[in-house]
Amino acid sequence: MNAIVERERGLIELEERIADLKAHAADRPVDLTAEIAVLEQKYAQIQREIFGHLTPWQRVNMARHPKRPLGSAYIAALDQFDELHGDRHFGDDPAIVGGFAKLRGRRIVAIAQDKGVDTKEKVHRNFGMPRPEGYRKVRRLVRLAGHLGLPVVTFVDTSGADPGIVSEERAQSEAIAQSIAAFAEVPVPIVATVIGEGGSGGALALALADHVTMLEHSVYSVASPEGCAAILWGDAGKAEEAAARLRLTSDDLLGFGIIDEIVPEPLGGAHRDPRGTIDHVLSSIDAALTRLASIPAGELRARRYDKFRRIGTPA
Amino acid sequence: MRRAPQHALEDAAQWTKCPKCSTMLYRPDLAKNLFVCTTCNHHFRMHAFDRISMLIDANFTEIGDEVVPGDPLGWTDKTSYTQKLDRDREKSKLTEGVVCGFASIGDIPVALGVMDFNFRGGTMGTVVGERLARLFEGARERKLPLVTCTASGGARMEEGMLALMQMAKTTVALQRFRDEGGCAITVLTDPTTGGVSASFAFQADVLVAEARASIGFAGRRVIEQTIRQKLPDNFQTAEFLLEHGAIDTVVERRDLRALLTRLLDYAVGERRSPQPAAANGRATSGASS
Repeated sequence: MNAIVERERGLIELEERIADLKAHAADRPVDLTAEIAVLEQKYAQIQREIFGHLTPWQRVNMARHPKRPLGSAYIAALDQFDELHGDRHFGDDPAIVGGFAKLRGRRIVAIAQDKGVDTKEKVHRNFGMPRPEGYRKVRRLVRLAGHLGLPVVTFVDTSGADPGIVSEERAQSEAIAQSIAAFAEVPVPIVATVIGEGGSGGALALALADHVTMLEHSVYSVASPEGCAAILWGDAGKAEEAAARLRLTSDDLLGFGIIDEIVPEPLGGAHRDPRGTIDHVLSSIDAALTRLASIPAGELRARRYDKFRRIGTPA
Repeated sequence: MRRAPQHALEDAAQWTKCPKCSTMLYRPDLAKNLFVCTTCNHHFRMHAFDRISMLIDANFTEIGDEVVPGDPLGWTDKTSYTQKLDRDREKSKLTEGVVCGFASIGDIPVALGVMDFNFRGGTMGTVVGERLARLFEGARERKLPLVTCTASGGARMEEGMLALMQMAKTTVALQRFRDEGGCAITVLTDPTTGGVSASFAFQADVLVAEARASIGFAGRRVIEQTIRQKLPDNFQTAEFLLEHGAIDTVVERRDLRALLTRLLDYAVGERRSPQPAAANGRATSGASS
């Protein structure tokens, strides 16, 4: 059970009671205003207690919340989108959605990882774990953007690249490596936003960007907490302990200079106001693109080089 | 003259057992045979300095060895990360998981990086990433071809996202080197997985794998747990990758130096530059770790 969903349960009950009281207040002779006010105050207090400070593990659960807005929701909120399919070699990976788009009137190439909403769609999209053909589609679209001089906008949300047999047969390592290389080379502005889970190399393959943003409660990690716990301690059950040590929150990563910006979420998480959250993210991307647009291509690549060359250099 | 590899790791025991066929092997003989089992041809994992002395002509000028580990996350589990590093330093006689420098192979000057599985499973943290980036930059400045021998379990957990970002760092450095006409050759040795295979290793121009080396993205255990079934024996071997078109060639260790010499000749031909000066590096000869 998702730890956030669990904690939300009481809150949602309270929310329903308040709504109920409000609905009935009109047709009852007694005045319920005071009672409603008390409940609302209590509600706000509990909400602050639960969500005012989230532990790293709670943030992992927030990033995986079943109602959290997914990549497709961000794509759908663009002014215009025309999907481009396939890697031109093997197939089309539904875990990656990409194509031409317009963002606040600006022509872009948009690429999103998408986990899928219901069970059928989750299976179709392989739970947002891209296979090699997905990363090869990304590389193709990034190169296309470079060819046409269009900025690249990515939405990162994956627990990691697909770890299955077919992915190994089709050289997952090579596909990810070449996707990362395409981002390093392309002479157009790149803005990446981690909207949920930034899972390891499978996320970095879309995130070597001039401007990297994280939604407040998203996470970005060298490995999933379960994977890290399994690797270090042979026990995936110790994921919460791993999460506490990995420094995977947006504040941690801003501190390390690994990301450039945090977009705040409403109290209770992005799913409490998907439309507002998505709008904030798109505004932040638009602002970043405006800043990057004035930098000449050569300098853009040089700055990108310096940025990633510097990260984590030992003293 | 080239010196034979001679156990960079001193070991009191004169005999060692082949993990594959269980034959007892006399260690000096094993070293002379390039750490390949004389009975079953099993390729043992090699110490970085043993591999360097096996590949190069004579002198090796190390760079980046002054870049030494810190503890950027302040990581502690059963023991502290600093203690783990101390232990591995003692065990491996290395300062970190990769040895980088300049040498020549078959009279062709090269930039050479060799990873070592003995140091935290060859994982890539900030030091490995920084040393490799300096090597790639050094190769670019000196216009040398690049040979990188990989052996790695992937990104180093105890350095968190700073470790993952070394994939980005090595990528930008390698791509700039290649953009300016540099030729990169990766020798994939047992084992190469995760963040190393999914970054600079598979971005090289030519991919060579040592026979029967285990190479992949996800670890074998992870895949087995995901699909809940046993994987075939040859899964993720060098031969499996060759069959699926993922690498250029598979080589027995005894043929590796000759193959690299030929590949380097194709890569640089008459453009080979003179032996580089030993600028800001430590000159060592053969397997003197």
